[in-house]
Amino acid sequence: MTLTPRRRRRLVRVAGYFLFALVILAAVGSADWGRLSDAFFRSDVAGSMFPEAITVALRNTILYTLLAFVFGLTLGLGLALMRLSTILPYRWFATAYIELFRGLPALLVLFMVGYGVPLAFPDREIPGGVYGSVTVGLGLTAAAYMAETLRAGIQAVPKGQLEAARTLGMSHPRAMISIVLPQAFRIVIPPLTNEIILLTKDTSLVYVLGVTSSTIELTKFAGDTLNTRVNPTPLVVAGLLYLVVTLPLSQLVRGLERRAARER
Amino acid sequence: MSTIEIGDLHKSFGRLEVLRGIDLSVEPGEVVCVIGPSGSGKSTLLRCVNLLEEPTSGSIRVAGVEVTDPDCDIDAVRRGIGMVFQQFNLFGHLTVRENVTIAQRRVLKRGRAEANRFAADNLDRVGLSDKADAYPAQLSGGQQQRVAIARALAMDPQLMLFDEPTSALDPELVGEVLAVMRGLAAEGMTMLVVTHEMAFAREVASRVVFMDAGVVVEEGPPAEVFGSPRADRTREFLHRVLEPTRVSETEIGAHLAD
Repeated sequence: MTLTPRRRRRLVRVAGYFLFALVILAAVGSADWGRLSDAFFRSDVAGSMFPEAITVALRNTILYTLLAFVFGLTLGLGLALMRLSTILPYRWFATAYIELFRGLPALLVLFMVGYGVPLAFPDREIPGGVYGSVTVGLGLTAAAYMAETLRAGIQAVPKGQLEAARTLGMSHPRAMISIVLPQAFRIVIPPLTNEIILLTKDTSLVYVLGVTSSTIELTKFAGDTLNTRVNPTPLVVAGLLYLVVTLPLSQLVRGLERRAARER
Repeated sequence: MSTIEIGDLHKSFGRLEVLRGIDLSVEPGEVVCVIGPSGSGKSTLLRCVNLLEEPTSGSIRVAGVEVTDPDCDIDAVRRGIGMVFQQFNLFGHLTVRENVTIAQRRVLKRGRAEANRFAADNLDRVGLSDKADAYPAQLSGGQQQRVAIARALAMDPQLMLFDEPTSALDPELVGEVLAVMRGLAAEGMTMLVVTHEMAFAREVASRVVFMDAGVVVEEGPPAEVFGSPRADRTREFLHRVLEPTRVSETEIGAHLAD
């Protein structure tokens, strides 16, 4: 039997699927599940983590993320507008800030804020204790990334939108607030979600500030439990709880994107 | 007092001089159509009137106010000048009604009910009362342009600027926009229109201005400019626009028959 091009394409495709499934099955089958589950899936260790894993650790992880996100978004918007400003010193400042904080590890910035600021201003402190330090420490880095994202979003709004708004008598700030920024935000929803997901995971760095049992977050909580129980199951629990936060977030964004697509 | 009075207007983009000394006035109630080849500076001239482009030199007075004066409140002047763009520029994140009300509310500080009433009236004027809740993306190009006209009219302008309002439209949608513009002209609106629609200019304009290479070559009543153009450049342009199938090979230096 001769192979027509169509039959041959189909054969190649089926063979591809088959090979793919085989590799996955081989990997799964050759793993020692007994030993793995003894180490990583011990229900007694996992059970001992609750309810604190959710009421304290997960709650703080979400809280740190939201605080840093709001702070970073606000500062990032300011930086984005400065980068697009016609005033040269503003542009210089924003560019320098973005380059600096994008290039530094978040851990370093968090450390500097946690220990450098109290040294620099001995008679003043960041309000909110650890919460305040985390907000600023993680927000400073997040702002640098979000500034670039927002700038791209603002520039993606056609110039005619601003012209039409100005033509109707709106001042420049009014036109930005009512016309350009709402459309820019719609454009940057997907990349901003990326930022918030990255930020969620960056909250695992908070331990450098020295957290207490009430300000502890997921990764540190899991690490502490791992040390006392001498078993890595807590890491799996923490991982699953991170997914509890990030997966709905991705879902939410998909919904928002669909809505934005309808109005476009 | 003239609605627009332009004196010795120059505009350069870098080393490119787009407007090279324009004198033009538009009287209240006049419909002035500006025609001319691409790159002749028509759109730039229009955009200078409400300062979307900053003139290099010269004077522009709108209803007696010198808009090039650094102390001039340009936002206040723009409130009185409606502008319609080639690309419509409707606000994509707002419904048709919101497009027409947002500047009324934010700039004129009208209340919601009053702004909605003005919106309804003006959408009715352009024949789109039933589209108030649609988003711009759901409308045809012609409908979008009519909304853009309603949006400008809702601000009660004393002057309307049209920048090639039908150039981005499919041919079968041009008529509905021109119909609205003809109606406006009949109501006595003062209009400065940059257009390639010669039939519209001939029929509706009180005066036609022919521009080429940054200067006004010729202006006058449409019957004169179209019927017996004085300048060679006007004649050449009208020949090419009105009789495109009669443009000969020798005219453009082609040698197809060889």
